[in-house]
Amino acid sequence: MTRFRVRKRRRFRGGRHSPSGAPSGLKKIALVGSPNTGKSVMFHNLTGSYATVSNYPGTTVEVSRGKGKLGNNEVEVVDTPGTYALLPITEDERVARSILLEEKPGVVLQLVDAKNLERMLPLTLQLIEAGLQVILDLNMIDEAEKLGIKIDVKRLEEELGIPVATTAATSRRGMENLREKILNYCRTEPARKPQYNLHIESALEKISRLLKEDYGLSRRAIGLLLLQDDHEIWERIKAREDKNFTQIEKVVEETRQKYSQPINYIVNRKRVWEAKQIAAEAVTTPPEFKTTAKERLSRLMMNPITGIPILALVLYFGLYQFVGVFGAQTLVDFLEGQIFEGYFNPFITQLFETYIEYVPLQELFVGEYGIITLGIRYAIALILPIVGTFFIAFSIIEDTGYLPRMALLIDRVFKKIGLNGRAVIPMTLGLGCGTMATIVTRTLETKRERVIATILLALTIPCSAQLGVLFAIMAGNPLPLLLWALVVVLVFLLVGSLAARLMPGEKPGFYMEIPPLRMPKISNVLMKTFTRVEWYFKEVFPMFILASIAIWIGQITGLFDILINVLAYPVQWIGLPSGAATAVLFGFFRRDYGAAGLYDLQQAGVLSGIPLVVAAVTLTLFVPCIAQFSVMIKERGLKIALAIGLFVFFFAFVVGFLLNLTLTSLGVQL
Amino acid sequence: MDLSEDAEEILENLWIRDEEKGDPTYNFTSMEAETKNRALKELSKFNFISVSKNQISLTEKGKAEAENVVRRHRLAERLLVDLLDTEIGLVEEAACKLEHAIRRGIDENVCILLGHPRVCPHGKQIPKGRCCRRGSTKADKIVVPLSQIEPNREGKIAYIQTKGRGRLQKLMAMGVTPGMPIRVIQRFPSHVFQIGRTQIAVDEEIANEIFVVEYSS
Repeated sequence: MTRFRVRKRRRFRGGRHSPSGAPSGLKKIALVGSPNTGKSVMFHNLTGSYATVSNYPGTTVEVSRGKGKLGNNEVEVVDTPGTYALLPITEDERVARSILLEEKPGVVLQLVDAKNLERMLPLTLQLIEAGLQVILDLNMIDEAEKLGIKIDVKRLEEELGIPVATTAATSRRGMENLREKILNYCRTEPARKPQYNLHIESALEKISRLLKEDYGLSRRAIGLLLLQDDHEIWERIKAREDKNFTQIEKVVEETRQKYSQPINYIVNRKRVWEAKQIAAEAVTTPPEFKTTAKERLSRLMMNPITGIPILALVLYFGLYQFVGVFGAQTLVDFLEGQIFEGYFNPFITQLFETYIEYVPLQELFVGEYGIITLGIRYAIALILPIVGTFFIAFSIIEDTGYLPRMALLIDRVFKKIGLNGRAVIPMTLGLGCGTMATIVTRTLETKRERVIATILLALTIPCSAQLGVLFAIMAGNPLPLLLWALVVVLVFLLVGSLAARLMPGEKPGFYMEIPPLRMPKISNVLMKTFTRVEWYFKEVFPMFILASIAIWIGQITGLFDILINVLAYPVQWIGLPSGAATAVLFGFFRRDYGAAGLYDLQQAGVLSGIPLVVAAVTLTLFVPCIAQFSVMIKERGLKIALAIGLFVFFFAFVVGFLLNLTLTSLGVQL
Repeated sequence: MDLSEDAEEILENLWIRDEEKGDPTYNFTSMEAETKNRALKELSKFNFISVSKNQISLTEKGKAEAENVVRRHRLAERLLVDLLDTEIGLVEEAACKLEHAIRRGIDENVCILLGHPRVCPHGKQIPKGRCCRRGSTKADKIVVPLSQIEPNREGKIAYIQTKGRGRLQKLMAMGVTPGMPIRVIQRFPSHVFQIGRTQIAVDEEIANEIFVVEYSS
């Protein structure tokens, strides 16, 4: 292949008089790139608003959009989900490509990790091939420099035929230059396009001639996607190319026959080879890397002998000490006991009782389950400190890059329950908020995994609001706490492995990129926590107010009394005082109501010993809260959600019953 | 003494007929009568086949021999496709020739070189040889599954043979492509390796699907 040696160096001219880059035409900028390249921070830099910055492939499930200013123009910026290639596999990648196909962005800004340029160039080549207006942005250039990697930007521009910028988005370095390049977009033709194997090239030529419609990407790119058997593109072609469709099909089929390997494999090999040539021209890396302290720590985290104790420490300090003790006890005591019970509630109750005489209305706002005295008090004095501390802990863990290491440690265990290491994210997040976690199950690859994860989240994973209260009830009493944890973990493994056996469907393998460890940035952690808490209050909190109203209506109409009377039977069967029925019913409206109901019972002295453990276990397993249930319907469909709900309802009582039976007949003293 | 190519051809087809539910009426129509008779005589002499009521069947001895022929054919296909990048149209013919050339233990060398592949490029099982059962991996410069490489050893990815195509695509997108240098970091509980500046973790199953030429230390 001497083509690359003899080819003339293209001169790249960045200038205002560029033919293709008229600034006035620029309406939309799409951010594209694989996970962990800092797209979200870049999005923030360009728009001023913030999307969750993530270290974990696929956390940015939803597409963020924002408005930004470039010179005197207002532009729309779209942050596409993490993408490795133009040929999509995951839902995320499908979304990202749809944006490119349908929204026709004026400039596609591809972010790459400058440390890993060579690996990310194949996507650049694909974007160029697709005829998009690409700018390559070497992000995290500071980290690359620290490693001694030198990148010749001029040379890279010449090799690729597109503008290249360098930035360190977190410290806003290089932003001005990047804006300049976007504004004066200029691309020198012909940009670099890999020449593929003979048969593929001739097929591409034929397909390009046969295609009549415009699909937002170059015909060459469409042809390549067809050859690589891209279903979505096939659908589009089928719908729009009535005349030549069968001919196109024939060309593709004939070409495929010529190769023993999938065409995707051959095409990709070529791109990787090409990327290597380009990197060899433009990148200089120092020969040997010494193992850094971070790398050594990373190895310790991944080695099971040291990694499992580290995981235990992370859970103990992050979850138990910080969320369970500091958040759920110290902060809650202060906010709930001092602020609300001491000042706010008496004041507001006084206020209502003075000015509103109609008693039911008083009840609605300041009664036992009133919107203000219970709904808002719980939201601010109970939920905020618990969920807030959880999200702080989670964001710190996420920002360090620890999660993928946790995933690889736990993969073998998760395989047994029909999931793989990847599911560590939704599962851990479920310890914060089951509703959010159920949404995040989208990042799992197969429907089978998503359903199993949804079941386990609905059944076994207690959310932080619940955890906080449970920790508080059983604080200073290690035996019941241990017993509770043991039963819940057992149920988790049992139901998981049963589901894994019963559920049909393919079992995807575990593969995951392990990003380097880094010191968490306070600004990142705060922003992530803020975004999540904000989401929580926007999405979940209104449900809670509705729940308060529903409870109020239920009480006024006497409907709840009937339900509580009915529920009292199963509650008594599992050895609990009938008063616990209220806690069980309210547990559906909000998990923490249920747990808090237990708290009241325990404080009143009617609940201790075996019944306390049984109640804690049953309520942990018992149906998810209203918010989580509605998300289950949205994500999994009504049928599956209902089936899971019913199963959980009965299963929780069965486990409670058996646990009570076992403990009492063994004569366990707690 | 070696069997003739025609005799081996017959053995191979009989084995596929019996073991993989191939054409049950296989009757060597593609061969000329004279060649066929010579080959059949040869096979009878070695006691590889028995003929009764116009029905030819493999003897125990013949079955073992036939299995080896099939094995050599499919190894040859693997070799042609994975390491020699042969175009698919040429593979069959070349493999038919090559299978006869890699007798008397050469097949074991090829098998070791390819890391004891389990399926041919068409997805059919490759019968195991002695070397596979021994699990012997001792040879210079061999292709082994990633899962068998010790931590801190280095090599180059030779080829990838995944179960699903989506997985292949994903691995390649992460930079796991033939030709890339690779260094193993750990093997348990997950396999972790480094490609360029990127570390990637995979499970045992995937680590068995990535084949690597290991550099000798």
